[in-house]
Amino acid sequence: MWTYAGRRLLLAIPTLLGASIIVFAMVHLAPGDPIAAVMPAESSKAEIEATKKAYGFDKPLPVQYLVWLGRVAQGDLGRSIATRRAVILDVRDALANSLILAVSSSLLAFGLGTALGLLAAFRQGRWLDKLASGIAVIGVSVPHYWAGIILIIIFSVQLNWLPAMGAADGGGPLAYLRHMTLPTVALALIPLGVITRVVRSAALDVLSQEFVLALRAKGLAARRVFRHVVKNAAPQIFTVLGLQFGFQLGGSVLVEAVFSWPGTGYLLNLAIFQRDIPVLQGVILVLATFFVLLNLAVDLLQTLVDPRIARH
Amino acid sequence: MRRVVTLLFAIVLSLSLTGLACAQGTLRIGMTASDIPYTGGQTDNGFEGFRFVGYQIYEPLIAWDLTRGDRLAPLVPGLAESWEARKDQPTKWVFKLRKGVTFHDGSPFNADAVVFSYESIKKKDAPHFDPYGSGQVSFRLASLTGITKIDDHTVEFETNKPTSFVPYQICYMLIVSPAQWNKVKDWRKFAEQPSGTGPYKVTRFVPRERLELDANKQYWDGKRRPKVDKLVLLPMPEPTTRLAALRSSQVDWIEVPPPDSIPQLKGAGFQIAMNSYPHNWTHTLRLDKEPWSNKLVRKAANYAVDRVGICKNLLNDTCIPATGVVYKGHPWFGKPKETYEYNPEKAKALLKQAGFDASKHPVKAVHLISTSGSGQMLPLAMNELIQKNLKDVGIDVDLQPVEWNTLLTRWRAGFKTADNEGLNAWNISWNFLEPWSGFGRFFHSKAVVPVAVNTMPYINPEADKLIDEAERTFDVAKQNEILAKLHELVVDDAPWIFVVHDQNPRALSPKVKGFVQPQSWFVDLTAVTVR
Repeated sequence: MWTYAGRRLLLAIPTLLGASIIVFAMVHLAPGDPIAAVMPAESSKAEIEATKKAYGFDKPLPVQYLVWLGRVAQGDLGRSIATRRAVILDVRDALANSLILAVSSSLLAFGLGTALGLLAAFRQGRWLDKLASGIAVIGVSVPHYWAGIILIIIFSVQLNWLPAMGAADGGGPLAYLRHMTLPTVALALIPLGVITRVVRSAALDVLSQEFVLALRAKGLAARRVFRHVVKNAAPQIFTVLGLQFGFQLGGSVLVEAVFSWPGTGYLLNLAIFQRDIPVLQGVILVLATFFVLLNLAVDLLQTLVDPRIARH
Repeated sequence: MRRVVTLLFAIVLSLSLTGLACAQGTLRIGMTASDIPYTGGQTDNGFEGFRFVGYQIYEPLIAWDLTRGDRLAPLVPGLAESWEARKDQPTKWVFKLRKGVTFHDGSPFNADAVVFSYESIKKKDAPHFDPYGSGQVSFRLASLTGITKIDDHTVEFETNKPTSFVPYQICYMLIVSPAQWNKVKDWRKFAEQPSGTGPYKVTRFVPRERLELDANKQYWDGKRRPKVDKLVLLPMPEPTTRLAALRSSQVDWIEVPPPDSIPQLKGAGFQIAMNSYPHNWTHTLRLDKEPWSNKLVRKAANYAVDRVGICKNLLNDTCIPATGVVYKGHPWFGKPKETYEYNPEKAKALLKQAGFDASKHPVKAVHLISTSGSGQMLPLAMNELIQKNLKDVGIDVDLQPVEWNTLLTRWRAGFKTADNEGLNAWNISWNFLEPWSGFGRFFHSKAVVPVAVNTMPYINPEADKLIDEAERTFDVAKQNEILAKLHELVVDDAPWIFVVHDQNPRALSPKVKGFVQPQSWFVDLTAVTVR
């Protein structure tokens, strides 16, 4: 197993290189440029060109890329063009905020989704199944940024219970908790839908197998049958949970934008509009690394749970 | 089940109650900027940066009087008590500095601080040169070439030519504390612990999230000591987020509420502050190519646009119709021959006179517009209405929407690039705070791209003469007269489609009192109180 993990880790390096090249190329292909974005609208082309030169953005693209890569290899993600802060600090703070949101929304979605999915499977065709499936369909189909706006309208604007935007306000853990409630709910919607459906179908799959019939025939208590079903459906569920957690981390751009939640998605959004290339590259590199590691962790976990798919 | 619901309810309620306890006398502002404007002196994020960060932490030698709303904000003494160009040598300006002023760090304000600040912008080899801040403001100080300290409280600026526009440039040069910089020796660090002489001083800086400032109790002007204890600035680029933050009492003041929300906000007791200020929203036309090379067609376009309809129906009266570069009542308005009201018949007649015909020979043009952007208001909806207005009289405009940053980049390059060759106009909003921004950079033949931003290009010897004359005229009243004449000329030539002047709407909580919206891009936050 350790050789397998090692090989996978090595394979991650070309994946990350590829990701960074694609990001670099895409940012430069997009019209507009980083210096123009931070200079006042009134400044002329001559002034922009002068500033560009001062920043080294007049060099050929491959050279710019290699310079950046050289720094990354030494653990330096460079400095933001817009703020001139070290990118690593910005990414660190943003990642912490995003991780918290990803964990809280995943916990909510995983817990609720698994419960709903199992309930639906064991009550197939009954009203509880229909209700759970209905919730799943809504979760998957409602755009989460829209749901976010609706949550803001209800809980912030109308009821005035929870803050509409931002993170900590510097008000301690309780304030932080208040700020993260709405984005957590909004962000949990999609995985909730996905997980409910996957858990339901995985459980149904197992339920339809003959060994379940055998278990029931031998008079095993319903509770024990349930345990067997869950254990057998677990590997499939784990894969989805892992992927969903990854999506939560990287796919929260819209929700973070709606709530101005200072995470990686918000940072990405800002960096895109400011054409802040070092920040963009840094965030994506870190997120890509996370994705690769997460996939690896899920794969390893799967082999632990289900020895049948152990690799040699 | 019921117990779970009760428990959930209790949790939500207790969480929400903690938000009610909020500091007294704190003014919290939701800005449109996507990040906290640069706090290290020469700020960024355009005039919003000056409005909330630059002019609150720092001060220029010559400042804007923002205490009244019934007239265009004039320039008044700031950190300088008086200034004048030397009679014998009009390229030298002597500034007498205010005495007894201290920076937030306690060090004294004096001539050395002015020289230090100037060098941080203009002297590339100085150890305290700030390339970023310089990029933001250097071009606004285009005429200044040097500075000399005469004594502790007198400095002399040198200019590249005799120009009366110097005060309009000095007002953008913010004075930073040399003592504080020498403590940290790095502009990034300075930006995190900045020190100026302004009415507010920075106490907490959370990158991309919030900037907290305390009232400067030692502020030199007793009449302008802040009435609130604390000012909090929050970047909120999304209009809906700003609106929700205001309505959920997370902030007391937001910039540019969505026009649609204004009736609703008023109904809920919020105050909407508005006033004219030097802003115009126009289509800048390409003059060296058909169809806009023809003055009759340009005038026809100007008569075809229903400006009142745009302001009333689309923008809920957050703008006023523009019939020129500046608005009526502005000292530079003059008495233009043409008043471009909505008159489609006149537009059609002008087109016919120019040899065009709606059915057989329509006018065709391609205009580059933005999807959003600072000062661009509601570009998509407004442009669709304009497109329809123009279509009605026989002008076929193809709108090409691009992202704001892209529009600016393409605009700076001028029309004569491979990308822009097919275009006939761009839609960008401008400020006309001072003569160069309002006229010089667009209408002087020496300002043609890439030197400045006369992209059209507008070449008119008469305009050149008037701009030069205004620059040589040191008497403000006389200078205004010359600029009014220039304005009459430009309105008659119609190199732009003049559309609207924004009214800079901002929404304030009913708790906010004492704010006067000046005719300016900037605001005075010292008289404001929050109950």
